[in-house]
Amino acid sequence: MFGGATLLLYVTGMKFDTSGLESHGLLIGTNNELLSGLSTAPSFDIPSTTDFDGFQKEAIQMVKPAKGTTTLAFIFKEGVMVAADSRASMGGYISSQSVKKIIEINPYMLGTMAGGAADCQFWHRNLGIKCRLHELANKRRISVTGASKLLANILYNYRGMGLSVGTMIAGWDETGPGLYYVDSEGGRLKGMRFSVGSGSPYAYGVLDNGYRYDMSVEEAAELARRSIYHATFRDGASGGVASVYYVGPNGWKKLSGDDVAELHYNYYPVEQTVVEQVMAET
Amino acid sequence: MARYDRAITVFSPDGHLFQVEYALEAVRKGNAAVGVRGTDTIVLGVEKKSTAKLQDSRSVRKIRKIVNLDNHIALACAGLKADARVLINRARIECQSHRLTVEDPVTVEYITRYIAGLQQKYTQSGGVRPFGLSTLIVGFDPYTGIPSLYQTDPSGTFSAWKANATGRNSNSMREFLEKNYKETSGQETVKLAIRALLEVVESGGKNIEVAVMTKDHGLRQLDEAEIDAVVAEIEAEKAAAEAAKKGPPKET
Repeated sequence: MFGGATLLLYVTGMKFDTSGLESHGLLIGTNNELLSGLSTAPSFDIPSTTDFDGFQKEAIQMVKPAKGTTTLAFIFKEGVMVAADSRASMGGYISSQSVKKIIEINPYMLGTMAGGAADCQFWHRNLGIKCRLHELANKRRISVTGASKLLANILYNYRGMGLSVGTMIAGWDETGPGLYYVDSEGGRLKGMRFSVGSGSPYAYGVLDNGYRYDMSVEEAAELARRSIYHATFRDGASGGVASVYYVGPNGWKKLSGDDVAELHYNYYPVEQTVVEQVMAET
Repeated sequence: MARYDRAITVFSPDGHLFQVEYALEAVRKGNAAVGVRGTDTIVLGVEKKSTAKLQDSRSVRKIRKIVNLDNHIALACAGLKADARVLINRARIECQSHRLTVEDPVTVEYITRYIAGLQQKYTQSGGVRPFGLSTLIVGFDPYTGIPSLYQTDPSGTFSAWKANATGRNSNSMREFLEKNYKETSGQETVKLAIRALLEVVESGGKNIEVAVMTKDHGLRQLDEAEIDAVVAEIEAEKAAAEAAKKGPPKET
């Protein structure tokens, strides 16, 4: 039982998650008199089908939107580089070309959005609240490790309930640059390079090929930009604007936001076709 | 059931919480405990009652007065020892829980705040009485390595100290510390703590228990021989000081 969050969800419906405002009490066996009235979990009727597990799987698949996007982040000598596209798609319909997929949790931490836009936005803002409360209570900033762990624990609580979040938490703390991948299955990985979304295979190809630890900020930004561009070129669910952010010891800074269609002509300029014959003017 | 939901801790007409004050009395009857913060060493010392003849000394040693809350945090307390056991267990769980949720060891301030919060909760709930103990919590900050000493009391307040004492005769110990405190390190800190304890305890390694915490080696209990050696040093210094006082005026 994870303290207050799960109990609130069962008893009062989808209430705002105030577990960030309570102190953490993973105290087994100390279910004190204050919480004793809420310990019975409500039950509900199971739909009558022959194959309940299959039905459950199908229901989750129906609710879970595919993560149509390309986001990437990598650690290098100077800090962390974070980049993403800006296309939102509903099936084959492009609903927006200007979605902000890099979420500013606080001045020194960024999160990327892949999966359900609402889920990502809400939970990143919630994480921002928790980080700020941690700062106020402990008079020091939360580490990237801690922030990613808070988010991963929350997402694990809602596992199987249809949240779709594939995010990377990038930041700079006392121990230097930090990068974690966190998803709605409850997974959390620490790493140097990540790419998330339907365009990630293409982005990985370019990113892994061009990556070196000792790059300058400009080289790293160009690598990130190029990786996003190539992913948007081949993946239909990615496009729009390639945003590139840099996280350094003084916090994050947005470096560029280029329309990928224009970037295409930067990398592949149109050659003037040689005119073989000029029509003679009579 | 109706009889037990009245709070035991209620305000008196002139704004006192008598149960909390009585709890402080219980603390004043407990064993003396002292803590001194040096630049790189923190020392905790407690008065030790001699074991009864028939008592198994091994089990007494197990009921240590100075305990670890985590690798880098230690606690000594004065007051009801049974309450101490419960509080220490909760604090130990919280230390591990914190490591699990944020992948970081607790800071001394955090765990002090937690223990103090717990003590406060029991002054404001129905059907429970406050914990009858004051604690001295010491440790090093896991990242900056700065040593800290905190004290909590039954009311749930806490504060940081350079040196403090609690339990029996704590006032005299505190006066002594106020007069003689200076920034110390290493063995000097140990000596200062033992000198404070010796003000109120009969001298000898049999009656005091001392533990030293350093950043690199964590908490180390001093054994009787070591304590006796320091006590002997202190006695020698005292004797020398006395002789120096008596010596010069006799010149004619």
